[in-house]
Amino acid sequence: MLRDKLPELICPAGSLPALKAAVDHGADAVYLGYKNDTNARNFAGLNFDQKALTEGVRYAQSRGRKVLMAINTFAQPGRVADWQAAVDGAADLGVDAVILADVGLLDYAKNRYPDLRLHLSVQGSATSYEAVNFAHREFGVRRAVLPRVLTLAQVELVIKNTPVEIEIFGFGSLCVMNEGRCWLSSYATGESPNTVGACSPAKYVKWEKSPGQMTTRLNGILIDRFGDNESAGYPTLCKGRFEVNGETYYALEEPTSLNVLEILPEIAKIGVAAIKVEGRQRSPAYVAQVTKTLRAALDALASDSERYHVKPAWQADLAKVSEGNQATLGAYNRPWR
Amino acid sequence: MTKGFVIPRFRLPAFVSAIGVKLPQWPHALALTAGLNVAVKMNLLPEDSLALLENRVFFVEVLDTGGRACFTYRDGLFRPVFYAPEASDLTFRANLSAFMQLLARQEDPDTLFFNRELSIEGDTELGLIVKNMLDAVEWPQLPKLPIFRH
Ligand code: SF4
Repeated sequence: MLRDKLPELICPAGSLPALKAAVDHGADAVYLGYKNDTNARNFAGLNFDQKALTEGVRYAQSRGRKVLMAINTFAQPGRVADWQAAVDGAADLGVDAVILADVGLLDYAKNRYPDLRLHLSVQGSATSYEAVNFAHREFGVRRAVLPRVLTLAQVELVIKNTPVEIEIFGFGSLCVMNEGRCWLSSYATGESPNTVGACSPAKYVKWEKSPGQMTTRLNGILIDRFGDNESAGYPTLCKGRFEVNGETYYALEEPTSLNVLEILPEIAKIGVAAIKVEGRQRSPAYVAQVTKTLRAALDALASDSERYHVKPAWQADLAKVSEGNQATLGAYNRPWR
Repeated sequence: MTKGFVIPRFRLPAFVSAIGVKLPQWPHALALTAGLNVAVKMNLLPEDSLALLENRVFFVEVLDTGGRACFTYRDGLFRPVFYAPEASDLTFRANLSAFMQLLARQEDPDTLFFNRELSIEGDTELGLIVKNMLDAVEWPQLPKLPIFRH
């Protein structure tokens, strides 16, 4: 397989050391955001200030890698200027693309910076080629990140019917697969990824330790209870265990990680332009481990796609950093739609 | 930072911690705060995050050595304090190997937390601030001493 047909590897950077870890371990591009609510990982102490951004962009671009700036929350009433300022800042810095979700902001970026490359964020929730083509026609979007709700056949259908490059998620914790449309966090806390840039913000989270167990609460709502030897998950409503009709179980979704190593050849074959790794909230150690493994897999595919097979060591490395005990192919191989 | 040297997962025998807790805990807190203050002086820790730590009390316990340290951050410096752990705003507990893997950036705190090898109790947002602050530190490269050259 020709190297130029290999999907790009897009890795998360929540800090400068994470960015460097991604670049050093073989990411083709990193995605990052400002230290504010203009991006969907607005967590205390995470992300980039101007100084770190300048250094990050220099570090990546001088090594031939790209920097994608996520400005993927929705401009809040009365504060549109903050989101526009973020786009201005990104254009000034010379990032390789901005990842946007808000149509008003897409319009602003297109008119103000005709040369700035625009990607449609997963938060934009475009699941059909009509939606992707709309973003292309109206705003000149060059790439769209598809939500994790589509089967591989559906992804292929989108690719066949659009000139827009398609990026899909390849690894990381799963959102309940309704990106851009989830109200669970707002229901519990009044704040959600689309509004304040964080799902289940930490200030609402309580981990309570008592002998033999740990209890998680989100704004007072009991999310889960773990025995001492049980692994824990993120404190989001979607991953809680609830009592439904007398049974207590993961009523919405089990804490699992997406992992596409097994279907990498198919992903490349149908023409996916890029594979994204979730996890800007994770540490440089995670970024290094995941980037290294996916790079090795992509390189193996590039050198001999016929004989590509998933090495147990790759799976072991990825399993270690995963949330929950299991990895899945998510919606990609789901029989139902 | 992890090249060529991997910290294994280990657990010290229980008698070590039994001895450890009987030793005075003051030196641990002194050593830890001294180390943190070096980082502050070198401007390695971002000021906006530091400001959020003001007067908060932290407690760190190394389970298998019995080492404990309680400290706070005030007026630009980390300082040891004598509070009981219950009075802390944020408590970290783990075995020595987990702490070492964290500091060497060999393991991700979330991974250790999910696997229950690292326990974080108290103010969750404060925990996130500390975690993200440490993640963002660019540890200086060790100088290349002639002795390490070939
Ligand atoms: S509650 Fe779950 S599905 Fe909803 S935004 Fe948060 S992580 Fe995603």
